[in-house]
Amino acid sequence: MPFDPTIAAIRFGMGLSPTIAPPNSVADMLGILAGPDTIAAEVPIPTYTDVYPSPLDYRQATRGLRQAQGTDAEEAADQHRRQVREDGHELLLTHVRSEMTRAAHTQDGFRERLTRFWADHFTARPTKGIDRHLVSPYIEEAIRPNVTGRFSDMLVAVVGSPMMIWFLDQHQSMGPNSQAARGGNRGLNENLAREILELHTLGVGGAYQQIDVRELAKLLTGVSASADQGGYFRPSHAEPGAERVLGIEYGGGEPSIEDVNAGLRGIAMHPDTARHLARKLVVHFIAPTPDADLVEAMATRYLENGGILMGMYEVMLAHEAAWAIGALKVKQPFDFIASSVRALGVSREDIFASERSFIRGAVQRPMTVMGQTWQRPVGPDGWPEEEENWITPQGMAGRITWSMQVPGRLLDRLPDPREFVFTALGPTPPEAVVFAANAAETVSDGVGLVLASAAFQRR
Amino acid sequence: MDRRNFLIGGAALGCSAAASPFVTPVAMAAAPWDARLVVIILRGAMDGVDVIQPYGDPALAGLRPTLFTGKAADLDGFYALHPSFEPLRPLWNAGEFGAVHAVSTPYRDKRSHFDGQDILEAGLPDLSGGGLRDGWLNRMLQVVPGLEPEVAFAIGREQMLVLSGDAPASRWSPDARLTISPNARALLNVVHHDDPLFRDASDDAIAIAEQISLEADLAEETEAMMAESPMMEAVSRGGEHVKIAEFAASRLRADTRIASFSINGWDTHARQSNGMKNGARALTDTILTLKAGLGSAWDKTAVLCLTEFGRTARENGSSGTDHGTGGAMLYAGGALRGGQVIGDWPGLGESDLYAGRDLLPTRDVRAYLAWVMRGLIGLDQAVLEQAIFPGLELGPNPGLVR
Repeated sequence: MPFDPTIAAIRFGMGLSPTIAPPNSVADMLGILAGPDTIAAEVPIPTYTDVYPSPLDYRQATRGLRQAQGTDAEEAADQHRRQVREDGHELLLTHVRSEMTRAAHTQDGFRERLTRFWADHFTARPTKGIDRHLVSPYIEEAIRPNVTGRFSDMLVAVVGSPMMIWFLDQHQSMGPNSQAARGGNRGLNENLAREILELHTLGVGGAYQQIDVRELAKLLTGVSASADQGGYFRPSHAEPGAERVLGIEYGGGEPSIEDVNAGLRGIAMHPDTARHLARKLVVHFIAPTPDADLVEAMATRYLENGGILMGMYEVMLAHEAAWAIGALKVKQPFDFIASSVRALGVSREDIFASERSFIRGAVQRPMTVMGQTWQRPVGPDGWPEEEENWITPQGMAGRITWSMQVPGRLLDRLPDPREFVFTALGPTPPEAVVFAANAAETVSDGVGLVLASAAFQRR
Repeated sequence: MDRRNFLIGGAALGCSAAASPFVTPVAMAAAPWDARLVVIILRGAMDGVDVIQPYGDPALAGLRPTLFTGKAADLDGFYALHPSFEPLRPLWNAGEFGAVHAVSTPYRDKRSHFDGQDILEAGLPDLSGGGLRDGWLNRMLQVVPGLEPEVAFAIGREQMLVLSGDAPASRWSPDARLTISPNARALLNVVHHDDPLFRDASDDAIAIAEQISLEADLAEETEAMMAESPMMEAVSRGGEHVKIAEFAASRLRADTRIASFSINGWDTHARQSNGMKNGARALTDTILTLKAGLGSAWDKTAVLCLTEFGRTARENGSSGTDHGTGGAMLYAGGALRGGQVIGDWPGLGESDLYAGRDLLPTRDVRAYLAWVMRGLIGLDQAVLEQAIFPGLELGPNPGLVR
């Protein structure tokens, strides 16, 4: 099956655009991906380490208010704390605008897709209301810089991030024989260890046992996070002695983060990890039942080149299954909305000037109806892949309503549906969609029908 | 306008615009039984030992130094009810709320939420052999041919495997809305003509949305019924779970006989007392809303609250519990015999525990589900053991259904 620019833009990118040309070859796609992250530089999102307000900012504001209680400074301290909270809310909305702008205006759609894929793989939900604006910065710091590099670097960055540590209770875990646990009834928490093996590396069918979960949990003790220090290592919480995970022994000397990272790097290079990651990529990008040879080829490349992810992408895009006609995946709600905004050619300025109420009404609430509450999947396994999860009656109600009502609020003047059908679907749209775009009784219905069509919603 | 006329009218409109079936033809027979079955999946693995506390077991206090506070009030001389579940006490006293303890699916040892939920909803002994094609509630519908989709509703934004499969069932979320002009609706049918997934989902969306707007009076009726119920004063208003329960009640008062949805948030690895408070609030609100909204139909209703597995018998190092095996099923409804905790208690002594850490399941939870279905709907024992829960032995009747 030959390379097709329309498939490249839709299946492996953020969709077609009236102003941005689709990639013209696999080499073109991979070349852009290997180059600098241009759109991230143009539309910056702060990293977790640099974000304001940080968990420490909240903590200091709360502490300040407590100290000022009953004094003349109380009102100012209260006002300050409210402002910090408000700044967090505002930043969350800015992230929505930024992510939408990146998706709608990037020349490097594959990078946007990969970033979302790996962020979902390493789902970390906010555990408190004041953490909600920290998901994008977590992704910006731990995920995005690593999407073309080594998977083990991403794994180490994620496990060291306060976002993941708090989400999976790692800060509560301590070795049963550690200094901190001595004499009390505190001890091990298996949550992060289990999800690393089950979700992030080997996969639930992988060759690990309960004992490996337990040993990895012991190895992870000491990994912690606090508002003051971010992610850090606390030797007082670490279980003394070596741990044997998947048959390999780690640590044994003075407890250190190096032992933890060595363990993570070892698990990252397990053959089951290679297969699990390869399979997930193919399922996400190409088909629900992946081509077994393709998965094997990708896993082999991963193991041969030291777990560099770029190699897996090369193998995937070189395979004929990548370019097969017949779109077997559906766009998840964010991608549906973002690719619509892209096809409609909404300017960067207009996205950024959008009101808070508009972001809520046109992005956040519709996404929830479509089944994808913004950055809040139910569990650590992230969003489901199966098309049946998304194309449900209520999901379609959300998609149809969005298609018919929101474009008219995004643009002063909607495109002519007779042309828009080609802008959005490429040079050979299905005849039925061309017919509907021409037969609609209003422009907004015509545009809406193109966006609501299976042809636009599939990739 | 009558719902049936609406569906037929919709079909005519669709066909005039495109040569395609607008609505899957379905038999218009209502379900041949009158009982209501509500299945609530408690995602995250509810700690049954905390909800229905076996305070009569001498080992409990030692295993749970902070979780076992002694504040839970007695149920039957051996078990006590977690204080956050006290809003259900009047139902217990009326014989409309009870529990089955020390049960689980056949899932063992890996303790993954996702596998555990899949096995629970599929109703299968394990996940080998590509068993995830459908869920046990759907297989139950499959053995009763000719049902219309409204007989069974999956409610909420989440996919419910338990109700997925070849038998027609509806899905809806109370926060979904849909308005579309007749012309656009006909053209939508044209653009989805070749894609059955999109075609069916869109058809259902339009049909359900219009049906619901036609039945706005039904919603008002639910509100009026709930306003009259004294127990509703304790229910927190406006939560998503309450909306789902209100919607479920309004459907179940009409033609719907089966509803399924989930309540999340039971994965209490740390500070379990907080997590349990939130979970209990959601679940008790839901049950009380169902009771109030169902009115007289409550007497014919069985509500089964299931979770993927139990949690460790011992509390962990952070005042929580980790993934375990045996747990409890909670149930409510006038069709069931409540006011009792059923099941053989295995004990919490060191040698009684499963794998030295978990409550030992003494019976397959599927046996209770099967007996409820047999009691409510009269399904044949062989059908239950072979088609609905393959490989299950029903065993003695626990007498759950009145």
